[in-house]
Amino acid sequence: MSLGLEHYLILSAILFSIGLYGALTRRNAVIILMCIELMLNAVNITMVAFSRFIVPVMLTGQVFAIFVIIVAAAEVAVGLAIILAIYRGLETIDATKIDLMKW
Amino acid sequence: MGLVITFWILAVVGVLAALGVVLLRNVFRAALSLVLCFLTVAGLYVTLSADFLAAAQILIYVGAISVLIILAIMMTREFQRGSPPNKLRIPAFIVAVLFLVVLVFSVTNTPWQISSTPPLMPTTAALATRLLGEGGFMLPVGIAGVLLLSAILGAVVLAREK
Repeated sequence: MSLGLEHYLILSAILFSIGLYGALTRRNAVIILMCIELMLNAVNITMVAFSRFIVPVMLTGQVFAIFVIIVAAAEVAVGLAIILAIYRGLETIDATKIDLMKW
Repeated sequence: MGLVITFWILAVVGVLAALGVVLLRNVFRAALSLVLCFLTVAGLYVTLSADFLAAAQILIYVGAISVLIILAIMMTREFQRGSPPNKLRIPAFIVAVLFLVVLVFSVTNTPWQISSTPPLMPTTAALATRLLGEGGFMLPVGIAGVLLLSAILGAVVLAREK
């Protein structure tokens, strides 16, 4: 048995679905952010697997994965700062209780 | 053969760690489980012969992002309350499973054009040429720098005490 592209794609699909389920069901805002990181990692696995198996010498998928990592780092910094600001104002980070702007 | 065994170990540990992130009650343990999942993803990059990305994954995700997340957990003191699910648990489970089924179906039914060329092994120099060389990604790299700077400034402004 050898490793193919499908192994990596299905693994990353499983990780993405777990992250999706967590992001939809958890109440703690930090956990939601962690699940989004999980989904971004799954996408990165897909990019690198395509890069390895379809265009092995062009490395375009790895370049794309580097940019995804950069944007994810920026997103985590700003997201956690927003969560801290919300916690300072509302004393909670329960996503179902943060409904000031909800109609 | 060793590659296959490594892949399966990493895959099982990674999926279990991801389930731990979603299902563990204790927020702090969920964060540690996320760190384990990041480490297995770095191992998967090694099996895909992406050595630079594996190192970047460990430095950025395992080193920096997990520290930020654990810091946020410590500062919000929400972990006594755990991470309870909301009312959407069953619809979200159905949506996630349906999404997974659609993805697996489309992955297994697409005729991928697998290339048989062996991959580049030390990828760092090749990646640098790709990013910064002729016809590369010079402008996106510059924009990424600006994005990181503005994200740092925004985080400082948002998190500062009034």
